[in-house]
Amino acid sequence: MSTDITDDINRDTGDDFASGQVNRVGDRVFSGMSRGAGLVILVTLAGVALFLIWRALPALTADPSEIGPGGSEGNGSGFLPYVGTLVFGTVWASVIALSIAVPFGIAIALFISHYAPRRLSRTLGYVIDLLAAIPSVVYGLWGIFVLAPAMAKHVYPWFNDHLGFIPFFSGKVLASGRSMATVGLVLAVMILPIITAISREVFLQTPRLNEEAALALGATRWEMIRIAVLPYGRSGVISGAMLGLGRALGETMAVALILAPANVYSFKLFTSQNPNTIAANIALQFPESTGLEVNTLIATGLVLFAITLFVNVMSRRVSRGRVA
Amino acid sequence: MTNNDTDQRTTSTGAGSFVEHRITVRDLNIFYGKFRAIADVDMDIEPQSVTALIGPSGCGKSTFLRSLNRMHEVIDGATVEGSVQINGVDLYGPRVDPVLVRRKIGMVFQRPNPFPTMSIAENVLAGKRLNQRRLKKNEADEVVEAALRDSNLWEEVKDRLDAPGGGLSGGQQQRLCIARAIAVEPEVLLMDEPCSALDPISTLAVEQLMLELKEKYTIVIVTHNMQQAARVSERTAFFNIEGTGKPGRLIEMDDTAVIFSNPIQQATQDYVTGRFG
Repeated sequence: MSTDITDDINRDTGDDFASGQVNRVGDRVFSGMSRGAGLVILVTLAGVALFLIWRALPALTADPSEIGPGGSEGNGSGFLPYVGTLVFGTVWASVIALSIAVPFGIAIALFISHYAPRRLSRTLGYVIDLLAAIPSVVYGLWGIFVLAPAMAKHVYPWFNDHLGFIPFFSGKVLASGRSMATVGLVLAVMILPIITAISREVFLQTPRLNEEAALALGATRWEMIRIAVLPYGRSGVISGAMLGLGRALGETMAVALILAPANVYSFKLFTSQNPNTIAANIALQFPESTGLEVNTLIATGLVLFAITLFVNVMSRRVSRGRVA
Repeated sequence: MTNNDTDQRTTSTGAGSFVEHRITVRDLNIFYGKFRAIADVDMDIEPQSVTALIGPSGCGKSTFLRSLNRMHEVIDGATVEGSVQINGVDLYGPRVDPVLVRRKIGMVFQRPNPFPTMSIAENVLAGKRLNQRRLKKNEADEVVEAALRDSNLWEEVKDRLDAPGGGLSGGQQQRLCIARAIAVEPEVLLMDEPCSALDPISTLAVEQLMLELKEKYTIVIVTHNMQQAARVSERTAFFNIEGTGKPGRLIEMDDTAVIFSNPIQQATQDYVTGRFG
């Protein structure tokens, strides 16, 4: 045992640590599998994008007079004017939904995380999550048979009478209630669960130290929430809202069932002149389309794809920039 | 404990008036649900001085400290029996608002906890803004400077008041938290092991600060560091428990010099000489 220390190390690294299995089979299989799964996602995404672009190209390169309503007789308006109202309708419906759902979602999340007694907050959490499990066609039917007539009878006329000077509430109220306001409301209910769930999670993660710091300064519960909880949860709420926005943009069935569409730009919430959304328009038009009309619909789908991708990238940006 | 007194206390601003704020604790029992954490404590805390609370871990001294500004109520199921009076006003009187109690009795915690999203200046002003929503710019600047000077932090941060408070070192963050607590001009300052997360140099800075602050405030500090208690406090209270599940009790309270040299109780003697705990 009189060997030099360096000799020991050399011998150890040379012999004792050499198991002959630097590349274990299990490691290789697992890493191959996970890498493959990751690749499949990328390939799928690229495939969808390629399909959309490929099938959309004929519509994008065709003569403008062949595209849009009346395109088969050569009286079309061209792709951009056609998709314009649809993009407007898609974004407008989502904005309405977000502006209703975000305040409600934050309020519900705060109630669950900071106000409700524990048992109630757990039950409420389940109920909110259940909302996410209802199929969108059910929301559509509920919207068309229950919500739309009720709102058109009791609520919309009131806004129209008393706040009609605001352009949003002006115009003639559509008696069936199948207007943008109803679509916005139903979409709001549909995206409420995701916004609430994500907000609730970040609010619950507020460090107790920060909450106690606020309380020790003599903050009431609401003041504590304002100076400790909301700033901490801000980025989480934003990314939740973005995810909800992504869902609202792509929602098809509920909008297709409820909305009485027209080919217009209009901010009016209650009238019969409602811009359609991209997804609902595809669902409604596709069964009756042939040839170039199909290409046109796919091109609008490509636009929706781009919008949704943009929203998701933004939401990732925001959530990554969160304060730890 | 008359309600008239309560009203006077909660509405007076206290600015400029140097009232001595003596804390009188009588028959205090503190519970978490059914568990009694603190039993039968009587204590008189002298104004404009530092009182140290020492004792082994789990003896309830932090719980006791938090009961002095009703912060322990933040925990579900925590209740109190007995009375805590400041100048004869019972903090647990029926019409006393715990929120106002905490504005009068500030607290500094074990780990520095500046608000992470606020700048240094905003952190100092956080409590002030709760009382006074519209603070003029120059007024706010004065408050920030005064509080940071009083907490010996001004020279280090005066060039970066808009930088985030979380970017400071641990010792600076703790002094920022002290500045935040004294910016609302409390009457009493409670400190729950304020130096236990700090290095020796920062600890020295905070201890120095305590000696300066006691000119204006009544300070109560919980500490595990007996040299610290000996260095900064006039009076020392020793808490102990008989065993797990038993409530903590006040064993002995006296001038700090007496507690550390010639205590009456054997348990105190054993603790301060390091024979247990």
